[in-house]
Amino acid sequence: MNTHVKIAKSESVDLSRRSFLVGTAAAGLALGYSSIPAMIGGDQALAATARNFDPSVWYAIAPDGIVTVTVGKAEMGQHVASTMAQLISEELGSNWKDMRIQLASNDPKFNDPVLGAQITGGSWSTMMNFDAMSRAGAAGRIALTEAAASIMGVPANELSVRDSVITHAKSKKSKTFAEIVKSGKIAKTFTPDDLKAIKLKTPDQYTKVGVSIPQLDIPPKTNGTAKYGIDVMLPGMVYGKVVMPPVRYGATVKSVDDSAAKKVPGFIKAVTVDDKTKTTTGWVVAVANTYTNAKKAAEALKITYDNGPNAKLSSEDLLTEARRLQAKEDSGLFFVKAGDTAAAFGTAAKLIEAEYTTNINIHCPMEPMNATAELKGDIWHIYTGNQFATRTGAIAAGAAGVDPKHVVMHQMYLGGGFGRRLDGDMTVPAVQAAKAVGKPVKVIYAREDDMIMDFSRPLTFQKMKAGVDADGKLVALNHDVVSAWPTARWGIPDFMTPSVDKKGGLDGFTVNGSDFFYTVPNHNVRAILNEMAHQATPSGQLRSVAPGWTFWAVESLVDELAHAAGKDPAQYRIAMLDGEGDNDGGAQRLRNTLLAAMGLAGYGSLKLPKGEGMGVACVSSQERKTASWTACVAHVAVAPDGEIKVKKLTVATDVGTQVNPDGIRAQVEGAALWGLSLALYEKATLKDGAIEQTNFDSYTPLRMSQTPEVAVSVIANGEHATGVGEPAVTVIAPALANAIFNACGARVRALPITAEAVKAGMKA
Amino acid sequence: MATLNVNGRNMSVEAAGDTPLLWVIREQLQMTGTKFGCGAGLCGACTVHVNGEAVRSCQTSVSDAAGKKITTIEGLSAKGEHPLQKAWIAEQVPQCGYCQSGQIMQAASLLAKNSNPSKEEVVAHMDGNLCRCMTYSRIQKAIMRAASEMRTASNGNERRAT
Repeated sequence: MNTHVKIAKSESVDLSRRSFLVGTAAAGLALGYSSIPAMIGGDQALAATARNFDPSVWYAIAPDGIVTVTVGKAEMGQHVASTMAQLISEELGSNWKDMRIQLASNDPKFNDPVLGAQITGGSWSTMMNFDAMSRAGAAGRIALTEAAASIMGVPANELSVRDSVITHAKSKKSKTFAEIVKSGKIAKTFTPDDLKAIKLKTPDQYTKVGVSIPQLDIPPKTNGTAKYGIDVMLPGMVYGKVVMPPVRYGATVKSVDDSAAKKVPGFIKAVTVDDKTKTTTGWVVAVANTYTNAKKAAEALKITYDNGPNAKLSSEDLLTEARRLQAKEDSGLFFVKAGDTAAAFGTAAKLIEAEYTTNINIHCPMEPMNATAELKGDIWHIYTGNQFATRTGAIAAGAAGVDPKHVVMHQMYLGGGFGRRLDGDMTVPAVQAAKAVGKPVKVIYAREDDMIMDFSRPLTFQKMKAGVDADGKLVALNHDVVSAWPTARWGIPDFMTPSVDKKGGLDGFTVNGSDFFYTVPNHNVRAILNEMAHQATPSGQLRSVAPGWTFWAVESLVDELAHAAGKDPAQYRIAMLDGEGDNDGGAQRLRNTLLAAMGLAGYGSLKLPKGEGMGVACVSSQERKTASWTACVAHVAVAPDGEIKVKKLTVATDVGTQVNPDGIRAQVEGAALWGLSLALYEKATLKDGAIEQTNFDSYTPLRMSQTPEVAVSVIANGEHATGVGEPAVTVIAPALANAIFNACGARVRALPITAEAVKAGMKA
Repeated sequence: MATLNVNGRNMSVEAAGDTPLLWVIREQLQMTGTKFGCGAGLCGACTVHVNGEAVRSCQTSVSDAAGKKITTIEGLSAKGEHPLQKAWIAEQVPQCGYCQSGQIMQAASLLAKNSNPSKEEVVAHMDGNLCRCMTYSRIQKAIMRAASEMRTASNGNERRAT
């Protein structure tokens, strides 16, 4: 797939080779990393800069002192732009009331300094940009201070910076940032070594990091002024409504009869999408002067299809295929291969096997997918809220038949991302419709379109085989994960993970989490591609991605092993979190986090009535190298008919360093409730090649009346900042299942958990 | 051609009578604070007030709305300083923010009639409004905060009146 998607090659983004430039520009002071490799030397870089000052402007200070931070990240509710501004402001020494944020275009100069692309996901942003943003802020402070020193005629080292004012205490002279910028005399280059040598603040000196500063994007989200992709209005714009084929993927359009549509007032054209990027199949766009008329025209179109190779497939078929693949010895690629599980099974005191499944899940952010496309000259302008501007720009270019450098992505607020907007499908009908009618076109998916054409969390099947010793201790584990491979669909080799035996690239974003921090001497993890599911249900990254299912299996199984050994499940985990070898550090942090959650919840000390139970789970989501440390104690009551009432979720999370504590709590609360929603309320199914759920009556995310108390405790122990947008999603389902077992003795192994399954488990 | 009274102003719009009010507000009047979420009255993102009642504008036709007083998020207060809007900021409610216009309009119709709602009344009134970021507990807190502020303000007014 995606053979026609050409990702624009950006220049090296290795910050260790880039100078940081501070210089007077037309509209004030601009600060950013140079697009010129620093190896030519600071002086030459400065000379080149003087001629053509084109840094990656990460922030600018206007003559009135307003500091505008340009953020190449998707703002989708995590307040990432505000967080980046907080990091810069901390080191810059600016007054917070002078800070502003704006969203970047897809120009490679705004690429993530670590990832080399514009992508927002993985709970990566704060973790990966903390240092770069801090140094950018500090470089600005140093340049401003030196300029102030020369203006005031005092030594720079006698100056102090606070709230956008630089003061010389001895002479009582001071200059504001605005006055210094207005002087127009700043030109300073920091070589990579200079940047590295900047001494950043120590945590005891922080005045903004660690403070719950109100988020800059919140006020416009209370009065209707925040602009999302769907709110874009261009002069002369018309509207497109997509007609979706009867199957999720693989259909082709045979004929389009628009005779009835032509009677709809305002109807312009029916455009059959020719998608060489293969992101979509069998789509037709009805274009009209209003969205309402486009919708009426869409309903009036008579389209015939070849429904293609997936037209008879159902969820059951995908699961059957997954079981078949798992049973084969030679399926898949190894993500983990430690010790010798086969030998260890041979000597184990007992073998325990279990299967865990998850159903298809739909992102359904509240803002349905949409995009507005306009061709101006030879440049395509795309307006949409997107998490992966680099790839989505390439998809739009593929749809337009132009090179990606002819596409400008205008980033908007995202009315929810959750991974859905890593995909670029919405640009395809917009571009092709705009091309066909010669006008700007805004395409809006109806909710039904959005649901049935989601790049969903794939159906997953996991088989676990565990060997325990005479004490019940886990000594060997085979863990097979069978699913569609969402990241493989991107066609970007850098995002694939080489198998441990170098036999090929696997989609690590289907198995992350299975490489946990428990000490298990013999441990295999196989990543197995379910090609049938991959074709029939093109999948995507859904908030928390693989750890959303791998920890469902791992943390359920560990609980089962503890009960089989007659041990307390929490103590059983703690014994395995011994910090041996590579697990040193992470294991101890996870243990401490679990203990914190246990203490907060009263685990083992509160006496619970009959029919109630507490269950624990602890996770190192997202990836092993980008882990946060999260534990949950779920408290449930189970009725005799299997109905579950969630009484309380207690979540502890070790994030190392907090930038905005209230923002972190908001993310952890939301993530935990996502976990609950996926565990109990959300289920999509495939039938005859199509997703059956079409709106919020049949696909039913959590509502207010279903929301339990969520107690969040954030541990900030001074380690590096970690991500918080996703990890708490992954800890909830296993904690709930483990609580249900403790409440009523029913072990559930399929998500979502239903009352029927619980009741059936009680009898068994 | 219909005349709509939106946020206190009469505006004439060109739309077939069966056009959902939502799309006329968004496309013709270019007030985009009211959001499209589901088109079926299942999520509440498009909530506006018609004669003071919270309604789903995706399920209300232009002809049904003509001649009635329509209020959108843009008209809830002149400067965005309705007690609910202030409370939404104080409690840092919005994440992605997309559903929040609808949440605020839905909550405003409750507080207009009941300035001292119980938690159960809040939940019952708000349960039709989905928030995919799941900011529900902060929404509840913000409604309680706004209700309290409105009660304090009206007590103050009564005192001044006497």
